[in-house]
Amino acid sequence: MKRRHLGLRLSTWAVLLFLHIPIAIVGLYAFTTESSAFTFPPPGLTLEWFGIAWDNGDVRGALSLSLRVAATATVIALILGTMAAAAVWRRRFFGREAVSLFVVLPIALPGIVTGIALRSAISLGRIPFSFWTIVIGHATFAVAIAYNNVAARMRRTSHSLLEASADLGANGWQTFRHVLLPQIRPALIAGGMLAFALSFDEIIVTTFTAGNQQTLPIWIFSSLVRPRQRPITNVVALFVVALTIIPIVLATRLTRNTEGTSG
Amino acid sequence: MVTEQTTRGPIDRISGALHHRPRLRLALLLGLPLLWLVGVYGGSLLALLSQSFFSIDDFSGTIDRTLTLDTWGDLFTDSNISIAIRTTVMATAVTIAAAIVAFPIAYYAVRFAGRRLRAVFFVLILIPLWSSYLVRVYSWKLILAREGILFWFVDKLGLNFLLDAALSAPGIGGPSLSASALGQFIVFVYIWLPYMILPVHAALERVPTSYLEASADLGARPLQTFRTVIWPLAIPGIAAGSIFTFSLTLGDYIIPTIIGDSTPFVGLAIYSYQGVAGNLPLAAAFTFFPIVIMGVYLYVARRVGAFEAL
Repeated sequence: MKRRHLGLRLSTWAVLLFLHIPIAIVGLYAFTTESSAFTFPPPGLTLEWFGIAWDNGDVRGALSLSLRVAATATVIALILGTMAAAAVWRRRFFGREAVSLFVVLPIALPGIVTGIALRSAISLGRIPFSFWTIVIGHATFAVAIAYNNVAARMRRTSHSLLEASADLGANGWQTFRHVLLPQIRPALIAGGMLAFALSFDEIIVTTFTAGNQQTLPIWIFSSLVRPRQRPITNVVALFVVALTIIPIVLATRLTRNTEGTSG
Repeated sequence: MVTEQTTRGPIDRISGALHHRPRLRLALLLGLPLLWLVGVYGGSLLALLSQSFFSIDDFSGTIDRTLTLDTWGDLFTDSNISIAIRTTVMATAVTIAAAIVAFPIAYYAVRFAGRRLRAVFFVLILIPLWSSYLVRVYSWKLILAREGILFWFVDKLGLNFLLDAALSAPGIGGPSLSASALGQFIVFVYIWLPYMILPVHAALERVPTSYLEASADLGARPLQTFRTVIWPLAIPGIAAGSIFTFSLTLGDYIIPTIIGDSTPFVGLAIYSYQGVAGNLPLAAAFTFFPIVIMGVYLYVARRVGAFEAL
């Protein structure tokens, strides 16, 4: 039996290697002593670039901007996404399909369309580029992520829980706080982490809404287009990978655990 | 148990009032998200449309806001149409390659892997999906460089002649892999592959084992079962995955900027019209291509049942 599927097994592991070797390469190059080329194998290994990257003012500024944007966009997305999910939950009303289509449109259309659309609105309204123009761009697709997660969770939550709560005399806020919120909490945390990671990593839309401001991905992109400070770029790349992987692994563990307990 | 409702606070009164007015409750829930989506996103799409009817003043380089069809006239030139065609060809090739690479791993995970291994696979596929897109593109710059790991490996194996043959092929070759259409294709497939694996995996997971047993009981050989039972049920999953791989390739401008022979793609053209050329009206009109191509694609995908597999 096992021998029969040898080809299938080999191709499976080959694909997994294909997916992960590039990430490992990024990890390796953060330690190379070489500062101008990508020689493999690296001529030597060093930790000095980590200190130099940390002391780089541009990198720190970009990191701080990215973290603030991601946090703000995530909060907006969770509030609006939950409200939209609650509105379409177990209800029939005119335009319901249109609402659920419109919510996911920002992730169905290529990012560059969203980017140019926002850029057009900024130009048309003569709006100055700011922290908030970046946040608005990120929140449009982050809302879709939050909505998808919360709506999927609500579909598996029985409406009778809310009726029981109301019958027992709880008001709307109490029902939300003590019945609905505990039910959707894993979806909020997982959706929030995904939205945060996506926002932290986003470049396609950000380019069009940032003006001269540099988020961390914009800093990386500009240092790839005009190669300079390669060792710092390598360290930042490793740092960004670590920072995006950790929340994702936590989020998948979280959703899996709760799915196991709640059936 | 009777709850001690001695006083009714304002929250009770509001929630009581809302309970009897479902329409008002709906309006309050939907108001803010709709205002955001219709106002910000819908408004931006309208701005995009109107922007494409403006034109750029050739001398001052500023946007002239009198309505005109000039920009649309500039859009349908031979070179722009060939950019759209080339991008569609690349997106199609990437989608087909991603489906071929994704199928075995999804199939193996569903049919032969145990519970634990399947969970491990799931995380191993999610990690590249979510770890920084930009950094993963960058990693290929490290891999494909002349002095990088791939050339080193090929050299150790003594396969230089193969690589040189590929690089000297017209249309896909170039001075090095990181400056060739072939390298670009590999990176596109790599970056969007997880988006194909997950829906194919989900579609295969929904094939009931009883179907396979029934097929075997009725005397079908494994290959027959695969062809007549598994494959037709996997197609919606492949179609769903292809929406991602196709749409993402269509609009991408990062990969063509960093890897490849700098022939323009739709995304790159839009990006440079907006940025370097400062011609926002033409950039806006150019989004016509990805929107229309995606519209046609989604229509076809819907007909083969992609939306049920999302």
